[in-house]
Formats: sequence, structure tokens, C-alpha cells
Amino acid sequence: MPVKIAGESLNACSGCEISLLDMGENFLKLLEVVQIVHLPLLMDSKHIENLQNAQVLELPKADIGLVSGSIKTRENLQLALAMRESCDFIIGMGTCATHGGIPALANSYTNEQIMTCCFKTDNTDETDRFPTELVPGLLESCHALDEKIKVDFYLPGCPPHPDHLFNLICALEKGEDYVLPEKSVCDNCSAQREGIGEVTNLKRPLKLPDWKDSQDLENPDQFKCFIEQGFLCMGPVTRDGCGGDKDLARCITAGMPCRGCYGPIQHQGNQKLGILNALSSNGIDIGSLPEMVSLLRFSGGHGRLRPISLKSRKHK
Amino acid sequence: MARIIHIKPITRIEGHASIHIYLDENGYVDNTKVAFKSLRGFEKFVEGKPAEELPRIVSRICGICPWMHHIASNKAVDGCFSVTPSPVGSLLRELMLTIAHVEDKLLHFFFLSGADFLIGSDKDYSVRNIMGLVKEKPELTRKVVKIRHKAKMILDRFSRKAIHPVAGVPGGFIKPLLEDERKEFLATMSEVLDFVLFAMEYAKKEVFPQFNDQLPGLGTITTGFIGMVDKDGALNLYDGNLCLMKPDGTRMEFDPADYTDYLAEKVVPFSYGKFPYAKVWDEGFSLDSDAPKGIYRSNTLARINVAKTISTPRAQAELEMFREQFGRPAQATLLYHYARLIEAVYACERAIEILKEPRITHTNVRAKATPKAGRGVGCVEAPRGTLIHDYTTDGNGLITKANLIVGTTHNLAAINLSVDKASKDLIKDGVYDEAILNKIEMAVRAYDP
Repeated sequence: MPVKIAGESLNACSGCEISLLDMGENFLKLLEVVQIVHLPLLMDSKHIENLQNAQVLELPKADIGLVSGSIKTRENLQLALAMRESCDFIIGMGTCATHGGIPALANSYTNEQIMTCCFKTDNTDETDRFPTELVPGLLESCHALDEKIKVDFYLPGCPPHPDHLFNLICALEKGEDYVLPEKSVCDNCSAQREGIGEVTNLKRPLKLPDWKDSQDLENPDQFKCFIEQGFLCMGPVTRDGCGGDKDLARCITAGMPCRGCYGPIQHQGNQKLGILNALSSNGIDIGSLPEMVSLLRFSGGHGRLRPISLKSRKHK
Repeated sequence: MARIIHIKPITRIEGHASIHIYLDENGYVDNTKVAFKSLRGFEKFVEGKPAEELPRIVSRICGICPWMHHIASNKAVDGCFSVTPSPVGSLLRELMLTIAHVEDKLLHFFFLSGADFLIGSDKDYSVRNIMGLVKEKPELTRKVVKIRHKAKMILDRFSRKAIHPVAGVPGGFIKPLLEDERKEFLATMSEVLDFVLFAMEYAKKEVFPQFNDQLPGLGTITTGFIGMVDKDGALNLYDGNLCLMKPDGTRMEFDPADYTDYLAEKVVPFSYGKFPYAKVWDEGFSLDSDAPKGIYRSNTLARINVAKTISTPRAQAELEMFREQFGRPAQATLLYHYARLIEAVYACERAIEILKEPRITHTNVRAKATPKAGRGVGCVEAPRGTLIHDYTTDGNGLITKANLIVGTTHNLAAINLSVDKASKDLIKDGVYDEAILNKIEMAVRAYDP
């Protein structure tokens, strides 16, 4: 019997599912050993309401459940619970599922603020009410998956590298364990480091790198460490792996500093506290950051980002 | 007895949506609604963020077309910081955008919609998909998987990150193209073009004839259209004016920066996505299927309708053949698929053209940008339609306001009308089955939302 796989995309962009397809011919190899039984992006398997309780959805039974996205609507929650019920092993696929991801940036605001911003604009015809018919209600916060259901394997990444998806599914299919490295992006970065940089005020990443000739490009590892140059780079506090099996950190080899898309190195880690620490130890004045919310841009779930008004209420 | 049919969720599309069909007491369709169910709040949560970070944040709106968001965002930031991007950097942006269009069109045509035509719209759902195609047409499917992957891997190799890219930057592009890469990518794109031309001939035999024979008028409605054109009125995916066409074919062109003079957005109670409409037509907005008002469509069919010509030879030849058969503007909804392949031919030819430009390997890929107060409207054509990013920044270059109109939202009203049409045509006397409901979904899939 082939291993059965089900997938659902919650508050997400479908990038994780596209990463699955970006395996190329490995996707075809995968189809030889697994059977996809539910995956709305690729097949017409529908959500069936339970006859006794319409709030409960029923999905096809599967051995492995790939759940991408965070939980922001009642429907997201309903689907997460249904996937947990129908699948033996749940993979939190992508950083939205593992830590909230970019959509959890919404946690800095109330739903009222978000709706007002979207539905009451200069270019929008005046309306006296927000959409409520047929659309799922919004939850107070955008949650990582494990805030609502048990997760058996965390596969972060925005999106996860196709190598990891392929290796993980193959390992599970054979009944083997699969472990992701718990290293930082810096541990596997080839940029040159000399110790503490000379810059005390952070620079905005608007002028780097300056390519003199193609010679530089063929040796991207001749870069000086971004932090030592005075640029914000989330490498020290971000889990390595975005380059897959063979490559180094993707953004850095493109010439851009890391922004943290693989989430914290350890699941419970706090990327914001970690990076403030790392910057300070490099002699950088953290007051020179243009803003700090973005330091949690991939890991604002788990209650890490909250609306300012709620935060101050709590302090009182 | 009056009933409601729910199709939840609409499948083989990128977004989160559902169809609700309301039947009257005699089992005839009274009305229909297509609900769009995702509200992530990008416009709110980008506030206060450094503008130059936005191209790396807003790409997450869509994991299928992240390049279009990434580049529209870069163009908007260029505007906020009053920087003219380096011409070579602009070309590299266009190259990436164009190749992303090609792989996306192959994805949609074969992986998402293909099974409806190549397996059969009334076949069982368990085989009516890409997995079924792998079994039924192994040779073709393997080729599609391989070719799409090759195109996608150009983006991956050169920019390092194909999904949620980082290589476009305010002022241009992060890195120049090396001569070896240029040669390799040129060879790959020639191979991709050959395949797309083969796919076009294949579709003319196996797919397009079904539009009339088996699915006549499926979801067909009469609307206006929008799309980007260059200074000669030819199709352009990266830069130019927007052209808005009335249902009767009358065209008007405008600078995307002035979009609020031409388009407005409407909040409807059953959708988190707003419904844009052509306010410049001065007829208001109505979803009444007998007398719709203000409604225009975007995406492939819209673009080839508004464009006078296509600047590359093979795509132009295909456009002429298409117009001879279907006229201009063509309104049949399923023709979106045909137009998709015409655009795929253009995108391949255009990528090859760019890769042959002598200056494409120059190293001056980026103009200096400095954070400041300003406003910028970045507009490109995404696979799903005209994409508009409109940002305002403060003196420190932080975002104070953002308005985003993404490709599919232009089509939300039209999708509702097409579903209404398809449902009324297909459901009579309360009789329907899975195959009929799938055909109704096909009216949505054509728009690739």
C-alpha cells in the first residue's frame, strides 16, 4: 500500500505547495511511492461537513498530513482540527505553520484596525459594514499550528526547500527518522568574519553589494559579514537550511542579508531577543534600527507580536 | 423546495474561495455567490516598515506569482525614493518576471486546469488531476514537469531564490548576469520555447476544439478588459500604460500612477477581496447578471484583447490566427486558456530577446537609492492580471500607507458573473451531479484565480 498524503493550506500563499512541485522530476519519483488523497491546490477533494455537526469537517484519511499556513480564521482552525483528526502524522509545512510567518505580522493590530485599513480607503466606495456573509470569521490572533493542534514534525522555511520536503517524505515513507540540522545560518555562511565590525549605526541595505566586476560574483564567499559591515542580518538567530542539501544560505549568496525565513534555530527561540543581543555584542547601537517589529517578521505567532493597545492594557 | 448547493473549496486554484448556488422552488438557479475567504491584512501590517523591505515582505501575498509582487513592489519603492532604476537592472527584473510568467502558465495550463481537458471534465475526481495525467499521458506530463522545472530553475540559479525572491532591489537588481549564465539560460529558454510551441499545436488539436464542441459558452459573459501596453499599444508585461477597454472595444490608455481616476473598489458582503470596477465609465457598479455595470476583466484574455499587437513574431502570428477566429474583443471565458498559451509564446520570445541584448551582462545593475518621503505606484502584469502596488513613505522611508490591487481581484466580479452563467446553463429542474459542479468550477479555473 502506498503511503497516503493529505495537504491543506491555511492562512498562506501556496508557496509551500509550489515548492513541492519545484522538486521537478523528484515529484514524479515521489508519486511512485505515495498517493495524494487530498490537496485542494492539485486535486478536487472537497471539505465534507459532518452530518451531526456542521462545524466539524471530514477529510480523507491519510498517513501524512502536510499543513501549510497559520491559523487566522475560524475556517483555518476547523481545517487544522480536521487534518489532525484524519492524519496520523502532521507536518507543519513552512514557517507560517511553524511560527506564524509573514501573515502573523498582522498580530500587531486588532481585526478592527485591519478591516478598517482594507475596507475604508480613499479608493473604496463607502461602506457601512465589513464582509460577514459566507466568509469565515477572524480569530483575535494569527496562530502557529501548534498553538491549536499537536504537530509531529516542524519543517520551517518560506518556503521549505524542495530537498527537505523530498527527503522528509521519503524518510517517512521508509519508516525512517529525519532530523533537520539545528544550526544557525552563520554556522554555514562563508562570508569573511574578522570579529567586531567598526560600524555602530546600522545602515539600510540600499547600496550593497557594489559589484566591481564579474570576478566578485564568482566568489560570493569573499563577502565580508553583513553584520560586521553594519547591515541587519538575521543569520545569527535563524535556522540554517534554506539552501537545501547543497547550497549555502540563499539570500546571502544572492548578496542580500538574511531576514530569518527559516525561523529561530530552536523551535522555542525568540529571533527578536536573539538578534538584539547579537547586534549589541557587535557594538551596534540597537537604537539605530528603523523599527523592531520586523525582527519577528517570520515568528510573530505564539503571542510574540500583539497589538500595542492590548500590550499596554496588560502592563496596567 | 429551495436549496443551496455549496462547492467548498474551489479546487485547483491558488486562492481560498467557495461557490454557493441558490436554487428556487423549481430547482432552477435563482442566484449564485463566489466567496473569497482570505484576509491577511498586508496593507495594514506593512505600515511602519522600511520601504526597501517591502519587496521581500509582500511577495508572500502569493507563492505562485511572488516575482510579480516583488517587482511591482520594487517599482513602487523606486517611486517613493524618486530613483530611476538602472536600465540593465530593469532588464534583469523584466527577464525574471518574463520567465516567471512562462513557468506559471505551464503550471496552470497543465497542472491545474489541464486535467479537465486532457483527462475529461466528467471523469472521477480521483484521476482528474496532475497525478492522473502522470498515469494517463506519462510522456507528455514528464516533459511538462521537466520543462517547467528548467524554466523555474533559471530563476533559482540566477536569483538564488525562486519562490519569494530577494534579488530585485530599489534602483534595479542585486547582481549582474554573467556571460556563462547568459549562454546557458538562452539555450534553456530556446528549449522552453520549442516546447511551448509544441504545446500550442497540441492544444489546438486536443484542447481548444472542446471549448465549442463540449462546453459551448461555458461561463461566457460580456465585459470590458484591462491590461498593460507599451507606447505602440503592444502587449507588455513589465512596464507601460494601462489600457481599459469597454465591452464594445473602445480603448482608453492611462498612466498606472493615475489608476484612482479610472478604477474604484467596492466592498461586497460575501467577500474579503474587494471588487474593483471601472469608475471612469460613469455607470457605477452592478453584479446584476442581466445588466452588469462597471465590470471589466484582467489576465491573459484581457491583455491580448487590449493589445493592438504583440511585439514578438511567433506570438503575433498566433494572435492574428486567434483574432481571425474569435474577433476582438473575444469574450468566451474558456478562451483564457488559449490566450494563456499565446502569452507563453510571447514570454519565451521576450526572454530570449532580452538574453540576446548585448548590455544584459553589464555590471551597472543598480542605481543608488536613499530613503525619503514620497509616493510610488508600481504596476506590472501578473499571470492573474494587472498588479498595482501604491505606497507612501515618510521622511525616513518608512511606509505610512499602502494600497494593493492584486491581479485576481480585478476578476472577482467577473468570476461571480461567469459562475452565475454556468450554473444557470447547467442546472435545470434541480438536477446536477459532480461532473456539472466541476464544469461550473471550470468557469472559475479559466481565470486562474
